[in-house]
Amino acid sequence: MNKKELDEKQSYNELVKQRMDKSPLLPDCVKAFITGGTICTIGEGLRKFGEHILKLSEDDVAAFTAIVLVFFGALLTGLGVYDKIYKFGGAGAAVPITGFSNSVVAPAMEWRREGLIMGTAARMFTIAGPVLVYGVGSSVIVGLLYLAFN
Amino acid sequence: MDYIYAFLIGGLLCVIAQILMDLTSITPGKILVLYVTVGVILGGLGIYDKLVDFAGAGATVPLTGFGNSLAKGAIKAAGERGIIGAFTGGMTGTAAGVAAAIVFGYLAAIIFKPKTKK
Amino acid sequence: MDNRYKQIIPAPNRVGTQTLVFNNRPSVASMAAIAGDLEGEGTFGDHYDMVLTDDLWGEETWEKAESKMFEEVVRKALAKDNLDEKWVECLIGGDLLNQIIAANFAARQLGLPFLGVYGACSTMAESLLVGSVLISGGFMSCVACAASSHFSTAERQYRSPLEMGTQRTPTAQRTVTGAGCTILVGPGSGSSKGIEITHGTVGKVVDLGITDANNMGAAMAPAATDSICAHLADTGRTVDDYDLIVTGDLGALGSELTRELCLKKGVDLKDKYLDCGDSIFTKEQDMKAGGSGCGCSAVVLNSYLLKEMMSSKYNRILFLATGALLSVDSTQQGESIPCVAHGVVFERRMG
Repeated sequence: MNKKELDEKQSYNELVKQRMDKSPLLPDCVKAFITGGTICTIGEGLRKFGEHILKLSEDDVAAFTAIVLVFFGALLTGLGVYDKIYKFGGAGAAVPITGFSNSVVAPAMEWRREGLIMGTAARMFTIAGPVLVYGVGSSVIVGLLYLAFN
Repeated sequence: MDYIYAFLIGGLLCVIAQILMDLTSITPGKILVLYVTVGVILGGLGIYDKLVDFAGAGATVPLTGFGNSLAKGAIKAAGERGIIGAFTGGMTGTAAGVAAAIVFGYLAAIIFKPKTKK
Repeated sequence: MDNRYKQIIPAPNRVGTQTLVFNNRPSVASMAAIAGDLEGEGTFGDHYDMVLTDDLWGEETWEKAESKMFEEVVRKALAKDNLDEKWVECLIGGDLLNQIIAANFAARQLGLPFLGVYGACSTMAESLLVGSVLISGGFMSCVACAASSHFSTAERQYRSPLEMGTQRTPTAQRTVTGAGCTILVGPGSGSSKGIEITHGTVGKVVDLGITDANNMGAAMAPAATDSICAHLADTGRTVDDYDLIVTGDLGALGSELTRELCLKKGVDLKDKYLDCGDSIFTKEQDMKAGGSGCGCSAVVLNSYLLKEMMSSKYNRILFLATGALLSVDSTQQGESIPCVAHGVVFERRMG
């Protein structure tokens, strides 16, 4: 690539950046705050329910909360509602564990037509897979470091 | 008060992700990886549990909480079972959420059909 | 004389470097457009031959539904002018799916000789270009040129599962659910509607380094500009020689950038410029930057534009469809987006 072409590309990219409408940051953030906050508050309700009413152990309270939230994430995804919540709440719907659930359920549904094994099952973690790879991978490192320092 | 703290901290963690989504070209998928990894690191350092004590579900429900559970599980199992524990602990600590996602995901795929979006 | 002509004899029917002149003019015999329900609620809703209420159209998969649109739009175009399917000597078309399966599978159903073309969203213009060459060259007397796209097939192939949460950026465009078909016949045919294709401009692949797959309009604008300017230079015409210059699916930002880039090259598009993607949806529909996909320019051309030509509102238009030649893999590998724009000139025969 010669210098003239490079300059042309650079100046065009600058022009595009200048003209691009930006995502409305403040409204987006407010909506993310409300959505994420609400989901976490529901989670807190579930924790209290597990702790005081079901009298679960601390570990089981966490597991109970996770299962119920994942269930509702899956149900709302199946009903075609979760993507609307996401459209409104953005990261507020992506970051909670319900968003993790959405990212597993959506591809599982989408590729159902390619079969239950090579479609649904094989592609279930196309989006959430990286979260598990990096999450579990780094947890093993943390475990090994813990052993090394203790 | 617990509910208010859960709302505030949970909401705040989401706002940080939203800012990253709007202002940088990092894709949502990568932000989730970032969140879980940060959760593992903060969990490994024992910092994240302080946030959990304060905000409850506000800290455990976002994916950083998932990372924290992974790290805590790994540390606990490593303490009990050594190297093998370091490998099994993370998955054990988060098995509920992952298994639930697999089961409900599979069921949803059988029951529901994806719909066109407006 | 240009050095290459010592070895290559110049073609008689070409002007400039990229533009073909059809002396033996193909003309439009019929056309049809099928669109999805959102498109039906859009700007040109009243002009489509058929608006789907259910974009699965009774099929099991979105892919089958798209293929059915492709097939049915060809049948509809033929039926409108009582043309027999057997008269079609070649079906030319394509779509956005991997290995252009919507077009391939429709061609299987139609049982016609078939040339599959892929030019991403420029496919409609590419089909017309190839069809015009076949007719003008005297090889064929009746060809069907078609293109299709479908929101739900494009979404799962290029973006994310339908139920997956996403937030669309302001520059994102929505893939149009729709298919369009133009039937071209040779000169002197009784079914000619008096609209002829006089020129075709083959576009160059242009890439100014845009990598954001959610900003396709900006990626395609330089290709559109390049082809518009090449066409005008080749033919020695100006913008004033046209009633309308139409681009395919540049969207709000892309069409604004095209105006600007053209102006920089001394071509003022004035009020003679229309972008199908920018105008297919209404502002109230809030589709961010507008529509995209092969179907976008295909349905607008084969409904609104050609109808308005028949009713003498426009006498000469330059129809340029633009295509972003990317794939999911190329995007993930960080490649920038090469784009192309092919053009054809429609002209109403006077008298």
